[in-house]
Amino acid sequence: MKKLTEWQGIVMPLDRANVDTDAIIPKQYLKSIKRTGFGPNLFDDWRYLDPGEPGDDHSKRRLNTEFVMNQSRYQGATVLLARENFGCGSSREHAPWALLDAGFRVLIASSFAEIFYNNCFKNGILPIVLNEEIVEQLFAEVLADPGYELAVDLAKQQICKPDGEVVNFQLEEFRKQALLEGLDEIGLTLQKADLIRAYESKRRQQVPWLFNAPGDI
Amino acid sequence: MAAQTLYDKLWQQHLVSEQEDGTALLYIDRHLLHEVTSPQAFEGLRLANRKPWRLETNLAVPDHNVPTTDRSRGISDPVSRLQVETLDKNCADFGITEIPMNDIRQGIVHVMGPEQGATLPGMTIVCGDSHTSTHGAFGALAHGIGTSEVEHVLATQCLIQKKMKNMRIKVDGQLAVGVTAKDIILAVIGELGTAGGTGYAIEFDGEAIHTLSMEGRMTLCNMAIEAGARAGLVSVDEITIEYLRDRPYAPQGEVWEQAVSYWRTLVSDENCEFDKEIVLDAGTIAPQVTWGTSPEMVAPIDGAIPTYEQMQTDAERKSLQRALEYMSLAPGTRVNSIPLDKVFIGSCTNSRIEDLRQAARWVAGNKIAENIKLAMVVPGSGLVKAQAEKEGLDKVFKEAGFEWREPGCSMCLAMNADRLAPGERCASTSNRNFEGRQGQGGRTHLVSPAMAAAAAIAGHFVDVREA
Repeated sequence: MKKLTEWQGIVMPLDRANVDTDAIIPKQYLKSIKRTGFGPNLFDDWRYLDPGEPGDDHSKRRLNTEFVMNQSRYQGATVLLARENFGCGSSREHAPWALLDAGFRVLIASSFAEIFYNNCFKNGILPIVLNEEIVEQLFAEVLADPGYELAVDLAKQQICKPDGEVVNFQLEEFRKQALLEGLDEIGLTLQKADLIRAYESKRRQQVPWLFNAPGDI
Repeated sequence: MAAQTLYDKLWQQHLVSEQEDGTALLYIDRHLLHEVTSPQAFEGLRLANRKPWRLETNLAVPDHNVPTTDRSRGISDPVSRLQVETLDKNCADFGITEIPMNDIRQGIVHVMGPEQGATLPGMTIVCGDSHTSTHGAFGALAHGIGTSEVEHVLATQCLIQKKMKNMRIKVDGQLAVGVTAKDIILAVIGELGTAGGTGYAIEFDGEAIHTLSMEGRMTLCNMAIEAGARAGLVSVDEITIEYLRDRPYAPQGEVWEQAVSYWRTLVSDENCEFDKEIVLDAGTIAPQVTWGTSPEMVAPIDGAIPTYEQMQTDAERKSLQRALEYMSLAPGTRVNSIPLDKVFIGSCTNSRIEDLRQAARWVAGNKIAENIKLAMVVPGSGLVKAQAEKEGLDKVFKEAGFEWREPGCSMCLAMNADRLAPGERCASTSNRNFEGRQGQGGRTHLVSPAMAAAAAIAGHFVDVREA
């Protein structure tokens, strides 16, 4: 798993609530069997004026200049500021893959949908939940100040604003450690193989029908 | 022992280990796979030189990319074809049971699983698909996972989880004739909002829930995720048990009796406590129609789209304006006056035999309206299709002008060739009305199968209670 300890970057504001994973990466791009290459299609329907398909040369498509991603002041942004329930809908991990591929490593919103939130951590992306007032204030500051950057210190669970103000954020300890150390979660679980086997032999007694191989149904 | 909810019981029975901070290792009994969210997981196993932990818990089926028209020449889109072939190859390489595209049992993973009895009460069930919540209808703990977790389950048979909170949604009384499970869940989402269930496992309970068929309960739990809840649940009763009898994967003989007596314990204890509780009166629920770009933007058929004056905050006004611009609708429009271009009956929400029977009742002896460019029925599985054909439902639909297709996810998310053109407006029995969900620029209104069928005949939404 990808590590993240400290991060600083330009903030891109996406002023919409309930941004779903279909909007983050539309379905036609889910046909890929790879984990990479989704960046040019992040927010595809909002970002381009003409429709796109996998295999197209996306650099030749017409850009929607009204969309934040296409505005010069947000070029190179790596921190996404969003609204409540970001990442709702489909469980597609292609959504964090697309964000990562486009350079985003930190997401800030007043809430995230659960499956998306969980998927972010598996890919070295830190989603930060802040209360609505602070999110509102950040939106105002980002809009007022071109080139606005935030610095994140994961170990301290702090965001540092350009004026030096520090905002604390909450995070589950396990998720924090996994991200700080770039832990291989499967490897960690396999260290408990004996516990898993012990569980299975107990369970086999209780619910034997779940242990009959279905064979060729 | 303290009184437990159904979710508490399922959680506790699957705990392999638990840390002090509540992070737990949860055992997974059934892992369903499809072609879209699994290739990178298999690739991960190969890269790390790992093998599936327990092969027989896995069951795979291609559903998102499959064509719903003639399949004799395979899949014409090379990118879709490669994804389905990759699933075939991964299953063959690792020894996982797959129901391939041309098998009569093939279908949408959330239709196929229960139909085969691969979904059983008391199981933990996961799949790289958010609508895995469907299987909670059987008193199983079922939820969607991402691809990294698909790999984790393949390699370890476990997931790293934190316990969710408990919510009960009790629907008392009886539904009016013509009102279905789809209308219940849309009304619930309207009440709760699309994030109202975040962090909860939702148990649906009450007279109106326990009189639903398993098909209805699956529709209900299917859309728990649209309220933000990863898992929906209905406790086990006689209807659950009867549905499972003699299914291929279900236990048989003496073991069946043993299983049934365990399954009967899968109910929330009396006096157990829920973190949140909502009570609805079934009699007040009207057929529902979504009008916006989020499932919470929903109104009863005899209602209207809200006006800006009804919005409480600027953010709400902005979101209403955005949705209505995309949907090309005016605030205050009566729901029954919205004209349609296409009708889609299908998806893991509403493509089971009961759904097709309900829709067929509205179609029989009628023709689709002139303004309907395409009305299609996509059965949830080959077995649903065969059953419907045995009952003559295919003829009913075809005579009315519907297209009768092969099973798959189809125009619920338009990964195959079935999609809306920009600006087209569709009555759909699926689960998401997001922008572009059924095709870029397409406009989706979510409804029940009866409402979709009646709309196909009338050309606009009508109240199916007024028959």
